[in-house]
This record gives sequence, C-alpha cells and structure tokens, in this order.
Amino acid sequence: MKALVSVKRVVDYNVRIQVKSDGSGVVTDGVKHSMNPFDEIAMEEAVRLKEKGKITEIVAVTIGGAKNEETLRTALAFGADRAIHIKEEGEVQPLTAAKALAATMKKEGAQLFLCGKQAIDDDANQTGQMVAALLDIAQATFASKIEIDGGKATVTREVDAGLETLEVDLPAVITTDLRLNEPRYLKLPDIMKAKKKPIETVTFADLGVSPAAGIKTTKTVPPPSRSKGVMVKTVDELVSALKAKGLL
Amino acid sequence: MSVERDVMEYDVLVVGAGPAGLSAACRIKQLAAAAGQEISVCVIEKGSEVGAHILSGAVFEPRALNELFPDWKEKGAPLKTPVTADEIYFFTGATRALKMPNLFVPKTMHNEGNYIISLANLCRWLAQQAEALGVEIYPGFAAQTAIIEDNVVRGVILSDMGVARDGTHKPDYTPGMELRAKYTLFAEGCRGHIGKQLIARYELARDADPQHYAIGLKEIWTIDPAKHRPGLVVHGAGWPLSLFGTDATGGSFLYHLEDNTVYVGLIVDLSYSNPYLSPFDEFQRFKHHPVIRQYLEGGTRTAYGARAIVKGGLNALPRLVFPGGMLIGDDAGTLNFAKIKGSHTAMKCGMIAAEAVAEALLAGNPGGEVLESYPAKFKASWLYDELYRSRNFGPVLHKFGALIGGAINYIEQNWFGGKFPWTVHDLKPDHAALKLASECKPIAYPKPDGKLSFDKLSSVFLSSTNHEEDQPVHLQLKDPSIPIAKNLPLYAEPAQRYCPAGVYEVIDEGNTKRFQINAQNCVHCKTCDIKDPAQNINWVAPEGGGGPNYANM
Repeated sequence: MKALVSVKRVVDYNVRIQVKSDGSGVVTDGVKHSMNPFDEIAMEEAVRLKEKGKITEIVAVTIGGAKNEETLRTALAFGADRAIHIKEEGEVQPLTAAKALAATMKKEGAQLFLCGKQAIDDDANQTGQMVAALLDIAQATFASKIEIDGGKATVTREVDAGLETLEVDLPAVITTDLRLNEPRYLKLPDIMKAKKKPIETVTFADLGVSPAAGIKTTKTVPPPSRSKGVMVKTVDELVSALKAKGLL
Repeated sequence: MSVERDVMEYDVLVVGAGPAGLSAACRIKQLAAAAGQEISVCVIEKGSEVGAHILSGAVFEPRALNELFPDWKEKGAPLKTPVTADEIYFFTGATRALKMPNLFVPKTMHNEGNYIISLANLCRWLAQQAEALGVEIYPGFAAQTAIIEDNVVRGVILSDMGVARDGTHKPDYTPGMELRAKYTLFAEGCRGHIGKQLIARYELARDADPQHYAIGLKEIWTIDPAKHRPGLVVHGAGWPLSLFGTDATGGSFLYHLEDNTVYVGLIVDLSYSNPYLSPFDEFQRFKHHPVIRQYLEGGTRTAYGARAIVKGGLNALPRLVFPGGMLIGDDAGTLNFAKIKGSHTAMKCGMIAAEAVAEALLAGNPGGEVLESYPAKFKASWLYDELYRSRNFGPVLHKFGALIGGAINYIEQNWFGGKFPWTVHDLKPDHAALKLASECKPIAYPKPDGKLSFDKLSSVFLSSTNHEEDQPVHLQLKDPSIPIAKNLPLYAEPAQRYCPAGVYEVIDEGNTKRFQINAQNCVHCKTCDIKDPAQNINWVAPEGGGGPNYANM
C-alpha cells in the first residue's frame, strides 16, 4: 500500500513573525523556514506505519518554489522513498493546493493521504478536507491515533467531549493532530542518504490544475500590543478599578 | 561506557558555516575542480540553519569576496547598500556629542567602497555557492569534541541528541556521529569551544599575547522612511562608556541599510573593570542619546542579538596549525580591530588555509600532518600586512582611552600607515581586569521606556532563541560553589550583568542564595566563558539546532 504525505514549507515555529511595514504580508526574506510541524507528525506516522509493515511506499509531496526542495529532503531523511515537487513560485491557496494534491493522489493511485491538520502559517485547516471532497473518499481529521488493518483505518480523534473513534474505508484522507506522535530526530546518515533519493518535478499544468484566486488578502496587521498593567495597592483600589472597567 | 557511532569520512571537514568556513570550503572545491580532481568537503554548523548564529555589524569590505567570486554581483550576493557617508562622534555625555571632522578620521575607519550587509545573509549566499560547488553542508549538528588519536586530530564527534537534563537517555536518544577527515578546519568563530581546547592542548598561544575580547550587542530597527538615509554609517566612542578613562572602553554603531532598516549596536570591551557594569543596560541607555534617538524614535525594534568579538589581532594570534587541522577566521582571531571588521579577514584566512589544504591533498598528502604551508602563506598575504598595520590599535585604546588612544591611532594609521617602529602589548587578560565590587560603585541604570529601551527578557525573545529544555545544561561550572562562595562576595557575581540573555541569576532563598543557570536563554555569545573572573564557566555545545535563530543579523 502506498501513502502520499503532503508537506508544506512554512516559517519556522521558533521565529518571531514580523508583519511587513506596508501590511502586504509577513516578512519571509532571510527568515528560517522548516516543515510545518503538523506535517512532520504526518511524516513520522507514515514512517511508523511502514516500519509496522502496514504500508510499503511513502511518497512525499510539496507545492511551492525552488526552496521547497529542502522540505522534501527533510521528508526523505525521515524515510520517504521518493518525493514529488509541484513547482509554483506564486501564492497557492488551499483549494488550488487541494486540487493539485488530489490530482497527484489519483496519478499515484495511493491508498492513504496523510497531512497535518493545518499549516502553522495560514492556519486554514482546509486542504486535507478538500482533497477528500475532490476525490470523493473518506476523511478522518485531527487524528491522535491511527491503526490500519486491511482496507480500513481506525482513527481516534480528539473532540471537545473526549475521544471519538472512526472507522474509514481506504482510500482515505487522514489529517494529523499534535498528540499523534513525537517526530524523531533526523540522523545525519539519513540526511546524507536523502540527498541521493529521487525528486520528481511537476507543474500545475502537468496535473491539469489552474490556480484559482478565490481568496484575496486585503491587509495583514500585527496583533495590538498589550497595554501596560496598573499596580494597585489595596483591595478597594482593585475593586474600584475593576468597576471602572465594567468588569464587576 | 562506549556507544556505537556512525562514521563518515571526508577529505576535509569544516566546523562552522561562517564566513571563514564557507570561504575555505568554496576555495578547496574551486582548486580541486581546476586541477580536475575530487576533494570531498563537509561543513557542519550548530545553528538550525546557515546564518542562524551569525551576528555582525556589518560594514563589509569586499576584498576577499572579490577574490573568491569575482562575479559575485552576477551571482546575486546580498551586498545591496554601498556606504555613502561616514560619521564619527565622540559622545561626551548623555546628550552631548562632538562630530569628528573627516580630516581626523583614522584611515582604517574610512568605508568608501564598502557595503552595509547582513553577514547572516551573506553566509546563506556563500552556502548556496558552496553547495553548487559540491560541498555538503549540514546545519543543526554541533561538533562536541575533536577526535584526537596519537596526538593527531582526525575529525570531530557530533553532540548526542535526546539526552535528558540528568544525563539519562530519552527514548529518542541518538548518539552523535563521528566525522573523520584528512584535515579538519576549525571555524567556530570567536572563542570556539573546540578551538579553545586545541589551543590549550597544542600550546598554540605559547608565544602570543593574551587574547582580548569585546561583547557586541545589536538590534535591527525599522524606522520612519523620512529619517532613513541608506548607506549612512555612524560610529561613536565615549558615552555611555569611557571617553578619557580606560575602565570601560568600546564603541557604538548605527548603519542605515535598505528598506528603512537600521542596525544599531554597542561594543563593550571585556577589559572593563567595574563588575557592576552591564553591557546590555549600557546599550539600552545608549539608544537615548540624541544622535541615535533622532533616527530610532517612532521606529520598531525587530531583532536583538549579542556575540563576543575577538580583537587581540596579530599580537594575540595563536599558532594556526597542529597535526591534522588548523584554526581559521575568528576561531584563531583574525579580526582587524582597527577597521572593526572581521568578515573579509575571516574569509581571506579561510581561503589561505584552503589553498594550503588543497595543494597538499592534490599532491597526494595522506592527511594528519602539520601543514606549515598555511602559516607561511598567511604571512605572505595582504591579510598579514593588514593585521600588522593594525596591531597597536586595540592595545593603545586600552592603555590610553578613546580620546588620547584615538589620537595616537590617527597618527599611526594616517601618517605612518600603521607602521610605528614599535609594538604595544596588552598583557592583562580580560577576566583579570575586574576590580573588587567593594572598590566600585554600583551603576544605577535607568528603567527601560519600552519605546527606545527594553528589558532583557523581551530582548532575548526577539533573538528567536530556542533550546530543547530537557537536556544537560551546556554552561558547565568547573566548581559549582564558586558563583555564590567567591564571585558573589568579591565581584557581586558579574555573570548576572555581563550575560546579554539573562542566563545567570542569583536567587534569594531566605537566608541562602542560589545560582541559577537558565541555559535555554543562551544566545551562544560566549561572554561568560571569557569574562568569568574565576574562569569557572565552560561553554560546551548544546544539542545541535539549539540557540538563536537570527534572520537578517
């Protein structure tokens, strides 16, 4: 069984995000990028499933510019067998990404599509769901446990009321949540080997996808900075301060 | 207990992806290609990516880059803002300053033809060039120790991953790999932790003066476009440091880059004597000086960082070679303090070492030897000549202060071309320069206003520093009792103040006091390793990938 794992290149989670002074977006030049942490979890899960003999081949896929090759090399170091780079230098919206990924899924004839529940840059949380819809296959989102048996996947997901367990027929889309696993450290020998694994490059045109611009970003602003606190000396002062704010 | 480690062998291993290491890697590959032979080169870097631990002013002199990549413009090197104006100020007080007439500026401080750059971004570009030439670069892996067999350096062992704070192995424990090479080039930058061990083991500094250091603190600001003057370089001496005295020397800078960005920074010589001095707080109040605040006011601070600077120059330069390896760039100490520039000298030093290594390997040298051709080439290069001319600059400032020392330097540099017939030595190491706390006055620093000046923790936040929290503390105390038993009564434990990242705290616990090390805040500047009066703090590499994540520093 083949699994397709989608990995996105995002600004690293340690980086303090800065908004461009003209409000057209966030600063990405010279900023450290890495694989979306939720996609790392998807990648790790795919490798574990392969180690358990549940899947036989892992194909990593990414959409983006030339620098996305780094992200694919990381996926290959995790243990992907090969990688597909859907090259696009411009902005890619979730629906366009979903169309390209669905087309890749079809082309590859994979049984399992894994990706993070959302990317930490746009927090859209749409792509996995739309891939399932476009392919008209089952989906199980926010997985905290995955078991594969025969043609079915049993997925535990964290919901407000506790844990919910779903059974889906394969092929299916599964999106991964934080507590599913803890991704391993990449070993230097694996990173070295990953340099030699194949990466296939395709374009939207090859996949028959035309980028749609359904969403227009009008403005990006940083969150308002926290205003200074006030030190109160007595309980009475605190009460009157809270009353003045209308909180009591 | 021995662990099974993966082993990989290369012809050349470079420790550190800074200007020296990357230039060396590129040069070796260029020379191998020209000879039609293959030399394998591997570069390892402890930062999470190339550039993540690079912090520099930086006004960049392109001399070495011109030699390494004559076509750097076509290749898109990030040298975007040529210097258009040089201003030098003597800050005589918190609100007063004297602008130095251009006529009296030491020649070494002229910047025509130079560029204001982010050295981190230049390194990222150099890494791309290196990879295109076939160099393998692995960021996120820290060299822990040198492999020394029969007194010959054979490579390095990388730090283990997945070790808990108490030393036990976590489930994801991964032993660090052994990287072996015919020649290992140590390019760790100022006060490299392996370089330090090698200097001691091979007695490389036996004939050199004690090394001297400074701490550089830097911030990046986005300012009002109306105030922005791309290409303007402002240097200063004096307030908040000493102008006439020699107890706290140093200098300041403000550079206007592209895109309404300015770099502002303060360099404090680590030879300062008052243990109450806090380089961080000096820097914060410095920004309130009218010459500086006129640009920053209304702007936004976007990044902060700090790094020690090696500035002993030629007098303090250790021997560069030992069996199987060599020190290059600031790991040796090739910074030219008279120009306050170390990037072009580090690059040139790396290139010279590369030529020695490539020549040897191409001639069939088996590795592991002492490559004397490197120091010989070094001595015959423009780099040596440049460092020779600047050799008195730092010692004179230490001995005579910014004003008088500056005047002597002006005379030596401009009238004698740096060739006074004598050499001034500065034999007191920085850690021995502190006076007792009882002989000094505590310094009352103004509270940060949150607009121009800030507190330490919000500053460290802007360095995007991150360490895996559950790992052994990488700031090791040789004797854990010294901070509270000796440093506190004698020097009011200066680590609390010289650390620019708030790593060291003395915590009151009723009647006792406890020394706390917040290692996860560490920005890898190495100041503690240098300045601790008891020389009790040993900086070792944490898990690879930890430390600051500087973007455009």
